[in-house]
Amino acid sequence: MFSKPENGKMYWKELIHQCTEIGFGSLGIVAIISVFIGAVSTIQTAYQLVSPLIPPSTIAQIVRDTVILEFAPTLVCIVLAGVAGSRIASELGNMRVSEQIDALEIMGINTKTYLILPKIVAALLMIPLLVVIAMALGIWGGRLAGVASGIISGSIYDKGLLEYFVPFNVIFALIKAYVFAFIISSVPAFYGYFVKGGALEIGRASTKAVVISCILILFADYILSALLLPT
Amino acid sequence: MIEVKNIKKSFGDKTVITDVSAVMKAGQCNLIIGTSGSGKTVLMKCMVGLFEPDSGEVLYQGENFTKMKGAEKTEIRKEIGMLFQGSALFDSLTVEQNVMFPLSMFTKDSFKKKLDRVNEVLNRVNIVDANKKFPSELSGGMKKRVALARAIVLNPKYLFCDEPNSGLDPQTSLVIDRLIKEITVEYNITTVINTHDMNSVMEIGNYILYMYKGNKEWEGNNKEIIFSKNERLNDFIFASEFLQDAKDMRMLEETGKISNDRNMDELLDKDAPVLIPPPDDK
Repeated sequence: MFSKPENGKMYWKELIHQCTEIGFGSLGIVAIISVFIGAVSTIQTAYQLVSPLIPPSTIAQIVRDTVILEFAPTLVCIVLAGVAGSRIASELGNMRVSEQIDALEIMGINTKTYLILPKIVAALLMIPLLVVIAMALGIWGGRLAGVASGIISGSIYDKGLLEYFVPFNVIFALIKAYVFAFIISSVPAFYGYFVKGGALEIGRASTKAVVISCILILFADYILSALLLPT
Repeated sequence: MIEVKNIKKSFGDKTVITDVSAVMKAGQCNLIIGTSGSGKTVLMKCMVGLFEPDSGEVLYQGENFTKMKGAEKTEIRKEIGMLFQGSALFDSLTVEQNVMFPLSMFTKDSFKKKLDRVNEVLNRVNIVDANKKFPSELSGGMKKRVALARAIVLNPKYLFCDEPNSGLDPQTSLVIDRLIKEITVEYNITTVINTHDMNSVMEIGNYILYMYKGNKEWEGNNKEIIFSKNERLNDFIFASEFLQDAKDMRMLEETGKISNDRNMDELLDKDAPVLIPPPDDK
């Protein structure tokens, strides 16, 4: 399927371009979602912890683990499947329909290597980074909401974050991020690359790619949790 | 020179090309003509390797392209330029970047050298002051000319043009046709053009292959096509009354029944004296 690049420089340029598109292009939405998810988590956790026997620092622990284990990798990747996935599918679909892919083939370029591989590599590099950023922003958003609404003080929240911290949770989240990144880039690339027809089919392929990616992300989430988390 | 030998191509149960052979020489415009659905585009895509023919061979300078593996095929493809029906310019790149793309991919030239070459071919196709424009900012004719510049930037031995005049006005079509003809002769390229524009056929058709329902129905040149006895070809060429009249006039000129000083303008003037005798007089 993939072959040795015809010109390393051009592939590198394309990789950087894709990193910019996937990484920086999605940074804004990822930041907004993460902060609000963390904030809502803090408020809802506080609402559910009614027992005076449970210390307030537990709120921070719950927010931290929920954000790291589930919200940052899974929710962010589902959003990325919509943002980056639909962009990949529609870009390749448009290139296919307007014969740009044929033009590259005629030039003697392996279009799968030139168009798909940089997208997958860029997703594998940038999405885990976005997930790490989402973790930090989610936890910070939780702190912000907790302090602003008077649920928990900043120092107690910070103390709670350090209690019972399991480093494996971060590794687990990164494993999920890599698997999801592969899904987010390869599934839309497949649907976009092999689109047939016109503008309507590009839209359909894009929607289908996002739906399939989301289902696969949720399925992979379940499988990875069942396999990797000791219960 | 490109030789096509007994090409057959089917999609599922539908046979699109049934045993087509042709020889297309260098330095001339080789036209594939036919009605929509006659298999011209499929034949062209088989020739450039976008489709694998079910049987038959495509030979580039005697080398069997259909039997070649990846690396060998890539080498031949580097000698091919193609002008697509919809231009197929890369949307996200400027005119300059589009034309420079093959150079950047396949040469190690400096940016300055590449830019000089880009400007040279853009000048050749009469594109000036448009280097920084994006394809969406260009007219249909300009897009075709930029695509032609991109197709010839690596000095290809073979140039394929898929309906180069589709969607263009007659004047711009003529400009594109003449440009292709000039470039073909200038660089001694084997040019293969897929068209159903009769102006192109008459203007630049050094070799014409007429296809009908996937078969080679007729072959010849732009001089012979007018006097062809092939009924299907005549139905295709002289579909319009105007061209039928033009043909009749040529026939009458050839047989000396009318003087050669009458011109085509008279045919357009309904009040002009009748040029074509009524059937009884024939």
